[in-house]
Amino acid sequence: MPARIGVVTFPGTQDDADALRAVRVAGAEPVSLWHRDADLHGVDAIVLPGGFSYGDYLRCGAIARFSPVMESVIAAAHEGMPVLGICNGFQVLCESHLLPGALIRNDGMLFVNRDVRLTVEAADTAWTGGYKAGQEIVIPIKNGEGKFTADERTLDELEATGRVVARYLDNPNGSARAIAGVANAAGNVVGLMPHPEHAIDELTGPYPGPATDGLPFFTSVLQRLIDSELVNA
Amino acid sequence: MARVVVDVMLKPEILDPQGQAVNRALPRLGFDGVVDVRQGKRFEVELEGPADEAALARVREMAERLLANTVIEEYRVRVEA
Repeated sequence: MPARIGVVTFPGTQDDADALRAVRVAGAEPVSLWHRDADLHGVDAIVLPGGFSYGDYLRCGAIARFSPVMESVIAAAHEGMPVLGICNGFQVLCESHLLPGALIRNDGMLFVNRDVRLTVEAADTAWTGGYKAGQEIVIPIKNGEGKFTADERTLDELEATGRVVARYLDNPNGSARAIAGVANAAGNVVGLMPHPEHAIDELTGPYPGPATDGLPFFTSVLQRLIDSELVNA
Repeated sequence: MARVVVDVMLKPEILDPQGQAVNRALPRLGFDGVVDVRQGKRFEVELEGPADEAALARVREMAERLLANTVIEEYRVRVEA
Protein backbone atom coordinates (compact mmCIF):
# COMPACT_ATOMS: atom_id res chain seq x y z
CA MET A 1 0.00 0.00 0.00
CA PRO A 2 1.51 3.37 -0.95
CA ALA A 3 2.13 5.96 1.74
CA ARG A 4 -0.80 8.32 2.30
CA ILE A 5 0.01 12.02 2.32
CA GLY A 6 -2.67 14.48 3.44
CA VAL A 7 -3.15 17.97 2.02
CA VAL A 8 -5.20 20.35 4.17
CA THR A 9 -7.76 22.71 2.62
CA PHE A 10 -8.74 25.79 4.60
CA PRO A 11 -11.22 28.39 3.34
CA GLY A 12 -9.04 30.50 1.04
CA THR A 13 -6.47 27.80 0.28
CA GLN A 14 -5.42 27.93 -3.37
CA ASP A 15 -2.64 25.43 -3.96
CA ASP A 16 -4.22 22.29 -2.55
CA ALA A 17 -4.90 20.84 -6.02
CA ASP A 18 -1.29 21.32 -7.11
CA ALA A 19 -0.03 19.87 -3.83
CA LEU A 20 -2.31 16.81 -4.18
CA ARG A 21 -1.03 16.37 -7.71
CA ALA A 22 2.62 16.65 -6.62
CA VAL A 23 1.98 13.96 -4.00
CA ARG A 24 0.50 11.69 -6.67
CA VAL A 25 3.31 12.34 -9.17
CA ALA A 26 5.82 11.52 -6.41
CA GLY A 27 4.17 8.11 -6.04
CA ALA A 28 2.17 8.51 -2.83
CA GLU A 29 -1.58 8.41 -2.32
CA PRO A 30 -2.95 11.95 -1.94
CA VAL A 31 -5.62 12.44 0.75
CA SER A 32 -7.69 15.63 1.03
CA LEU A 33 -8.08 16.90 4.59
CA TRP A 34 -10.68 19.49 5.57
CA HIS A 35 -10.07 22.29 8.06
CA ARG A 36 -13.18 21.52 10.12
CA ASP A 37 -12.41 17.79 10.39
CA ALA A 38 -9.98 16.93 13.19
CA ASP A 39 -9.62 13.38 11.80
CA LEU A 40 -6.35 12.94 9.90
CA HIS A 41 -7.73 9.83 8.12
CA GLY A 42 -4.67 7.71 8.78
CA VAL A 43 -2.21 9.78 6.72
CA ASP A 44 1.54 9.28 7.13
CA ALA A 45 2.56 12.87 6.37
CA ILE A 46 0.86 16.24 5.88
CA VAL A 47 1.23 19.20 3.53
CA LEU A 48 -0.20 22.61 4.46
CA PRO A 49 -0.48 24.30 1.05
CA GLY A 50 -0.35 27.91 -0.03
CA GLY A 51 -3.12 30.45 -0.41
CA PHE A 52 -4.87 32.93 1.83
CA SER A 53 -6.47 30.87 4.59
CA TYR A 54 -9.38 32.74 6.17
CA GLY A 55 -8.58 35.67 3.90
CA ASP A 56 -5.37 36.37 5.84
CA TYR A 57 -7.62 37.98 8.46
CA LEU A 58 -5.84 39.18 11.62
CA ARG A 59 -2.44 37.85 10.43
CA CYS A 60 -1.51 35.33 7.74
CA GLY A 61 -2.16 31.88 9.20
CA ALA A 62 -3.40 33.17 12.56
CA ILE A 63 -6.99 31.91 12.27
CA ALA A 64 -6.07 28.65 10.52
CA ARG A 65 -3.88 27.79 13.48
CA PHE A 66 -6.97 27.38 15.67
CA SER A 67 -8.97 25.23 13.22
CA PRO A 68 -9.94 21.69 14.33
CA VAL A 69 -7.60 20.01 11.84
CA MET A 70 -4.61 21.99 13.13
CA GLU A 71 -5.10 20.71 16.69
CA SER A 72 -4.52 17.21 15.25
CA VAL A 73 -1.69 18.33 12.95
CA ILE A 74 0.13 19.98 15.86
CA ALA A 75 -0.23 16.86 18.02
CA ALA A 76 0.96 14.60 15.17
CA ALA A 77 3.92 16.89 14.43
CA HIS A 78 5.03 16.69 18.06
CA GLU A 79 4.96 12.89 17.72
CA GLY A 80 7.24 13.05 14.68
CA MET A 81 4.87 13.02 11.69
CA PRO A 82 6.44 14.80 8.70
CA VAL A 83 4.69 18.14 8.05
CA LEU A 84 5.55 20.53 5.21
CA GLY A 85 4.11 24.04 5.19
CA ILE A 86 4.39 25.89 1.89
CA CYS A 87 3.91 29.67 1.75
CA ASN A 88 0.68 30.23 3.72
CA GLY A 89 1.32 26.79 5.22
CA PHE A 90 4.69 28.06 6.50
CA GLN A 91 2.86 31.03 8.05
CA VAL A 92 0.42 28.62 9.73
CA LEU A 93 3.34 26.59 11.15
CA CYS A 94 4.95 29.73 12.59
CA GLU A 95 1.64 30.86 14.11
CA SER A 96 1.30 27.34 15.57
CA HIS A 97 4.77 27.69 17.16
CA LEU A 98 5.87 24.50 15.41
CA LEU A 99 8.50 26.64 13.70
CA PRO A 100 10.31 29.71 15.05
CA GLY A 101 10.08 33.24 13.68
CA ALA A 102 7.37 34.91 11.63
CA LEU A 103 6.66 36.00 8.05
CA ILE A 104 5.93 39.66 7.55
CA ARG A 105 5.27 42.14 4.73
CA ASN A 106 7.94 42.07 2.04
CA ASP A 107 10.44 44.91 1.84
CA GLY A 108 9.16 47.50 -0.61
CA MET A 109 5.55 46.31 -0.11
CA LEU A 110 5.85 44.28 -3.30
CA PHE A 111 4.05 41.06 -4.09
CA VAL A 112 6.81 38.97 -5.64
CA ASN A 113 5.85 36.38 -8.24
CA ARG A 114 8.72 34.72 -10.10
CA ASP A 115 11.07 31.77 -10.24
CA VAL A 116 13.89 32.03 -7.71
CA ARG A 117 17.18 30.25 -7.23
CA LEU A 118 17.69 28.61 -3.86
CA THR A 119 20.38 26.65 -2.13
CA VAL A 120 19.14 23.62 -0.24
CA GLU A 121 21.27 23.76 2.89
CA ALA A 122 19.78 21.05 5.07
CA ALA A 123 19.50 17.73 3.24
CA ASP A 124 18.74 15.79 6.41
CA THR A 125 15.11 16.81 7.06
CA ALA A 126 12.15 14.55 6.34
CA TRP A 127 11.42 16.60 3.21
CA THR A 128 14.87 17.22 1.74
CA GLY A 129 16.68 13.87 1.92
CA GLY A 130 16.63 13.62 -1.88
CA TYR A 131 18.76 16.76 -2.30
CA LYS A 132 22.47 17.19 -1.77
CA ALA A 133 23.46 19.78 0.84
CA GLY A 134 24.44 22.90 -1.07
CA GLN A 135 22.45 21.94 -4.18
CA GLU A 136 21.07 24.85 -6.22
CA ILE A 137 17.45 24.58 -7.33
CA VAL A 138 14.90 26.78 -9.12
CA ILE A 139 11.30 26.98 -7.92
CA PRO A 140 8.70 29.79 -7.95
CA ILE A 141 7.70 32.14 -5.18
CA LYS A 142 4.50 34.18 -5.00
CA ASN A 143 3.98 36.10 -1.81
CA GLY A 144 3.34 39.52 -0.34
CA GLU A 145 4.17 38.59 3.24
CA GLY A 146 7.09 36.25 2.83
CA LYS A 147 9.84 38.09 4.62
CA PHE A 148 11.18 35.71 7.24
CA THR A 149 12.06 37.38 10.50
CA ALA A 150 13.25 36.23 13.92
CA ASP A 151 15.41 37.70 16.67
CA GLU A 152 19.19 37.43 16.29
CA ARG A 153 19.49 34.70 18.90
CA THR A 154 16.95 32.51 17.11
CA LEU A 155 18.65 33.12 13.75
CA ASP A 156 22.04 32.20 15.22
CA GLU A 157 20.56 29.04 16.71
CA LEU A 158 18.93 28.05 13.40
CA GLU A 159 22.26 28.47 11.62
CA ALA A 160 24.28 26.67 14.29
CA THR A 161 21.96 23.67 14.39
CA GLY A 162 21.63 23.28 10.62
CA ARG A 163 17.94 24.17 10.58
CA VAL A 164 18.10 26.65 7.68
CA VAL A 165 16.58 24.38 5.04
CA ALA A 166 16.86 26.70 2.04
CA ARG A 167 18.32 30.12 1.33
CA TYR A 168 17.65 32.55 -1.53
CA LEU A 169 20.60 33.24 -3.82
CA ASP A 170 19.00 36.57 -4.69
CA ASN A 171 16.91 37.59 -1.67
CA PRO A 172 13.58 38.69 -3.21
CA ASN A 173 11.74 40.01 -0.15
CA GLY A 174 14.24 41.06 2.51
CA SER A 175 14.12 37.81 4.48
CA ALA A 176 16.54 37.72 7.42
CA ARG A 177 19.81 36.16 6.26
CA ALA A 178 18.04 35.31 2.98
CA ILE A 179 16.24 32.41 4.67
CA ALA A 180 13.60 30.77 2.47
CA GLY A 181 12.81 27.77 4.66
CA VAL A 182 13.47 26.37 8.14
CA ALA A 183 12.97 23.12 10.03
CA ASN A 184 12.12 22.24 13.62
CA ALA A 185 14.78 20.65 15.82
CA ALA A 186 13.64 17.10 14.97
CA GLY A 187 13.64 17.80 11.23
CA ASN A 188 10.13 16.43 10.64
CA VAL A 189 8.49 19.86 10.32
CA VAL A 190 9.63 22.09 7.46
CA GLY A 191 8.33 25.49 6.36
CA LEU A 192 9.16 26.86 2.95
CA MET A 193 8.10 30.14 1.34
CA PRO A 194 8.76 29.08 -2.30
CA HIS A 195 6.43 26.56 -3.96
CA PRO A 196 7.97 23.16 -4.83
CA GLU A 197 4.53 21.84 -5.87
CA HIS A 198 4.59 24.24 -8.84
CA ALA A 199 7.88 22.78 -10.09
CA ILE A 200 7.17 19.11 -10.58
CA ASP A 201 6.70 18.63 -14.31
CA GLU A 202 8.29 19.69 -17.57
CA LEU A 203 5.17 21.31 -19.00
CA THR A 204 4.21 23.67 -16.16
CA GLY A 205 7.42 24.05 -14.16
CA PRO A 206 9.84 26.99 -14.34
CA TYR A 207 10.75 27.92 -17.92
CA PRO A 208 13.29 27.45 -19.50
CA GLY A 209 14.00 25.17 -16.58
CA PRO A 210 15.09 23.23 -14.71
CA ALA A 211 11.35 22.56 -14.41
CA THR A 212 11.10 19.79 -11.85
CA ASP A 213 13.41 20.87 -9.04
CA GLY A 214 10.52 20.84 -6.56
CA LEU A 215 9.65 17.17 -6.91
CA PRO A 216 12.32 15.85 -4.51
CA PHE A 217 10.49 17.49 -1.58
CA PHE A 218 7.68 15.01 -2.17
CA THR A 219 9.79 11.98 -3.14
CA SER A 220 12.08 12.63 -0.15
CA VAL A 221 9.28 12.27 2.37
CA LEU A 222 8.07 9.13 0.62
CA GLN A 223 11.57 7.63 0.89
CA ARG A 224 11.70 8.67 4.55
CA LEU A 225 8.37 6.92 5.22
CA ILE A 226 9.50 3.74 3.44
CA ASP A 227 12.81 3.74 5.35
CA SER A 228 11.10 4.22 8.72
CA GLU A 229 8.67 1.39 7.91
CA LEU A 230 11.60 -0.91 7.15
CA VAL A 231 13.18 0.10 10.44
CA ASN A 232 9.95 -0.54 12.33
CA ALA A 233 9.23 -3.85 10.56
CA MET B 1 -20.70 46.45 30.03
CA ALA B 2 -17.20 47.69 29.57
CA ARG B 3 -15.04 48.29 26.56
CA VAL B 4 -11.41 47.22 26.65
CA VAL B 5 -9.08 48.39 23.92
CA VAL B 6 -6.12 46.34 22.81
CA ASP B 7 -3.53 48.17 20.71
CA VAL B 8 -1.19 45.93 18.74
CA MET B 9 1.96 47.38 17.19
CA LEU B 10 4.94 45.84 15.44
CA LYS B 11 7.93 45.75 17.78
CA PRO B 12 10.18 48.78 17.29
CA GLU B 13 12.97 46.65 15.82
CA ILE B 14 10.66 45.19 13.14
CA LEU B 15 10.59 47.19 9.92
CA ASP B 16 7.08 48.49 9.13
CA PRO B 17 6.83 48.93 5.34
CA GLN B 18 3.16 49.98 5.55
CA GLY B 19 3.94 52.78 7.99
CA GLN B 20 6.86 53.82 5.77
CA ALA B 21 4.61 53.96 2.70
CA VAL B 22 2.17 56.23 4.57
CA ASN B 23 5.06 58.35 5.81
CA ARG B 24 6.33 58.81 2.25
CA ALA B 25 2.86 59.71 0.96
CA LEU B 26 2.26 62.49 3.49
CA PRO B 27 4.68 65.12 2.08
CA ARG B 28 3.19 64.58 -1.38
CA LEU B 29 -0.15 65.65 0.09
CA GLY B 30 1.40 68.73 1.65
CA PHE B 31 1.73 67.38 5.21
CA ASP B 32 5.22 68.42 6.24
CA GLY B 33 7.10 67.93 9.48
CA VAL B 34 6.29 64.23 9.96
CA VAL B 35 9.35 62.27 11.00
CA ASP B 36 7.95 58.75 11.17
CA VAL B 37 4.68 56.77 10.92
CA ARG B 38 4.05 53.32 12.29
CA GLN B 39 0.86 51.40 11.56
CA GLY B 40 -0.83 49.04 13.99
CA LYS B 41 -4.15 47.46 14.91
CA ARG B 42 -6.79 48.43 17.45
CA PHE B 43 -9.21 45.87 18.89
CA GLU B 44 -12.31 46.98 20.80
CA VAL B 45 -13.38 44.17 23.09
CA GLU B 46 -16.87 44.55 24.59
CA LEU B 47 -17.21 42.72 27.88
CA GLU B 48 -20.41 41.37 29.40
CA GLY B 49 -19.41 42.43 32.90
CA PRO B 50 -17.12 45.03 34.46
CA ALA B 51 -13.49 45.46 33.41
CA ASP B 52 -12.13 44.24 36.72
CA GLU B 53 -8.70 42.75 37.24
CA ALA B 54 -9.92 39.21 36.43
CA ALA B 55 -11.51 40.36 33.17
CA LEU B 56 -8.41 42.31 32.18
CA ALA B 57 -6.29 39.24 32.85
CA ARG B 58 -8.50 37.33 30.39
CA VAL B 59 -8.12 40.08 27.79
CA ARG B 60 -4.34 39.99 28.18
CA GLU B 61 -4.55 36.22 27.63
CA MET B 62 -6.57 36.87 24.43
CA ALA B 63 -3.92 39.31 23.26
CA GLU B 64 -1.14 36.88 24.05
CA ARG B 65 -2.78 33.89 22.30
CA LEU B 66 -4.61 35.42 19.35
CA LEU B 67 -4.73 39.20 18.92
CA ALA B 68 -0.95 39.64 18.79
CA ASN B 69 1.90 37.49 17.56
CA THR B 70 4.45 38.24 20.25
CA VAL B 71 7.30 37.13 18.00
CA ILE B 72 6.87 40.35 16.02
CA GLU B 73 4.27 42.43 17.84
CA GLU B 74 3.67 44.02 21.23
CA TYR B 75 0.31 44.91 22.73
CA ARG B 76 -1.22 47.25 25.30
CA VAL B 77 -4.50 46.68 27.09
CA ARG B 78 -6.50 49.62 28.42
CA VAL B 79 -10.03 50.28 29.62
CA GLU B 80 -11.98 52.82 27.61
CA ALA B 81 -13.96 55.16 29.85
